[in-house]
Amino acid sequence: MRVWKFGDDIDTDAIIPGRFLTIYDPAELAKHAFEGTRDEFAKEAQEGDVVVAGSNFGCGSSREHAPLALLGAGVKVVVAKSFARIFYRNAVNTGLLPLVSAGADSIRDGETVTVDIAAGYIEVNGKHLVIEPVPGFMKEIVDAGGLVAYAKNLDEVKTCSTE
Amino acid sequence: MAPVDAAMIHDITGPLAVRVFCEMGGERVFDPERIIMLFDHQVPADSIPAAENHVFMRQFADEQGIHNYDLLEGVCHQVVMEKGRAAPGEIIVGTDSHTCTYGAAGAFATGIGSTDMGFVLKFGALYFRVPESILVEVEGAFGRRVGAKDLILSLAGDIGADGATYMALEFTGQAMREMNMAGRMTCANMAIEMGAKAGIVQPDAATWDYVTARRDIEPFDLAGDADAAYRERRHYDVTDLAPQVAVPHNVDNVVDVTKVAGTKVDQVFIGSCTNGRYEDLAEAAEVLGNADRFADGVRVIVIPASRTEYLKALRGGLIERFVEAGALVEAPCCGPCMGGAFGLLAPGEVSLSTSNRNFRGRQGSAQASVYLSSPATAAASALYGEITDPREV
Repeated sequence: MRVWKFGDDIDTDAIIPGRFLTIYDPAELAKHAFEGTRDEFAKEAQEGDVVVAGSNFGCGSSREHAPLALLGAGVKVVVAKSFARIFYRNAVNTGLLPLVSAGADSIRDGETVTVDIAAGYIEVNGKHLVIEPVPGFMKEIVDAGGLVAYAKNLDEVKTCSTE
Repeated sequence: MAPVDAAMIHDITGPLAVRVFCEMGGERVFDPERIIMLFDHQVPADSIPAAENHVFMRQFADEQGIHNYDLLEGVCHQVVMEKGRAAPGEIIVGTDSHTCTYGAAGAFATGIGSTDMGFVLKFGALYFRVPESILVEVEGAFGRRVGAKDLILSLAGDIGADGATYMALEFTGQAMREMNMAGRMTCANMAIEMGAKAGIVQPDAATWDYVTARRDIEPFDLAGDADAAYRERRHYDVTDLAPQVAVPHNVDNVVDVTKVAGTKVDQVFIGSCTNGRYEDLAEAAEVLGNADRFADGVRVIVIPASRTEYLKALRGGLIERFVEAGALVEAPCCGPCMGGAFGLLAPGEVSLSTSNRNFRGRQGSAQASVYLSSPATAAASALYGEITDPREV
């Protein structure tokens, strides 16, 4: 799986600019992914490619068009040193797997990586980089295949009291 | 799961939330009275797809009995606040990252994506991780033409774009207590620019005056416990704070205005959920003073954040002054802030904006530059055609 490497603080305007937000189809959104900041991504990204970034990936807007654009481009996994909160939730909810790895910086653009989620590591150049486990309740959503699939099996939810 | 007291959806992220609600098997929303719908990002519709989104959302509101403010009232966060839809202690979610603005009313308010919102529309609840808190104590009194936006920009520079990720910022201290609600909204609004989940201003008499003027609700005490465990306590004194500017292309790339004074600007935008209130427009108009015109070659775009704020500015004579001086005054909407509807920048152009993000490409071309400042700094810069210290005008 080819690596598309990005730096720190990659924001949602970079992933999908505001002028494309009337589009909802992932394949159509993918045509504009990283438009203006990394134009070759939309042309060359292949099914199964992996986006690797530094810290705070997906900062900015709550637009779910961002994970959808990556999914539309065939990306199923994003590995970063850290994620912005809303993007992280949006990714989990839509079925894009956000993996946190302190070793993300050592992965280079164009390298080939293998992600072994069950074993908890990424293999690159024969080295194993540890990925952090998906936290608590989110694991149930990931295992269900996203929040839509999770919700389909629910009639009602139990809420905690806020009193 | 935690129950939500209110949920806000708008024209950009709302249609996807409604589709997800249907995909989840949703038939009736959990409570139409707790859902706030309005259009602000692409209004009046700037394209046929935008118009179709508006039609789609109107139909959903009609079917579900949701009150839709449509495109009549203004920018979502201003409207939620001024209609009294946020109050201390409430849990509010919105499909917009700046939903944290309602922390100015003492609410726990946070931005979510459309799939989360689809779930909320169906169940009226959402899963949350309880955030740790950073206590931000702000003391001192602001100098002339320095205020809330300068404070929050300096905090962004200090804490960093991810320094508060998944945490809540709790604002307190004398300078916060003396700040008006407009300024508190500016501060809470930009908590997300440090990665925060929420930015909450401790409610006081000013909060309750604002909320009770808009909703029938009995005030109560709400404060952090004396022995609350904070992740961190940060102290600031605004007495000597200079006007602040975020320089391209990150919100935490913040300097004193003096460091970038003289930078030529092509466009100045005064408005947005961050700085489009009457108080912001008055701050800009005060700097404009009796000057005849803004500088030649600068496009000045002024957008009041809501119909209510527009009327206040109109009746106060501010709109007339802006138009006389050569500004384009637009109807309440997000405008150039999100680079979608109008006011886009060409490659190489420079914008100074009172909004909240200066990401590369945010306001048009990825080869354009966006600087962020207070309304006072924006007005001073519009007068001279270059970034200008408002204290020098």
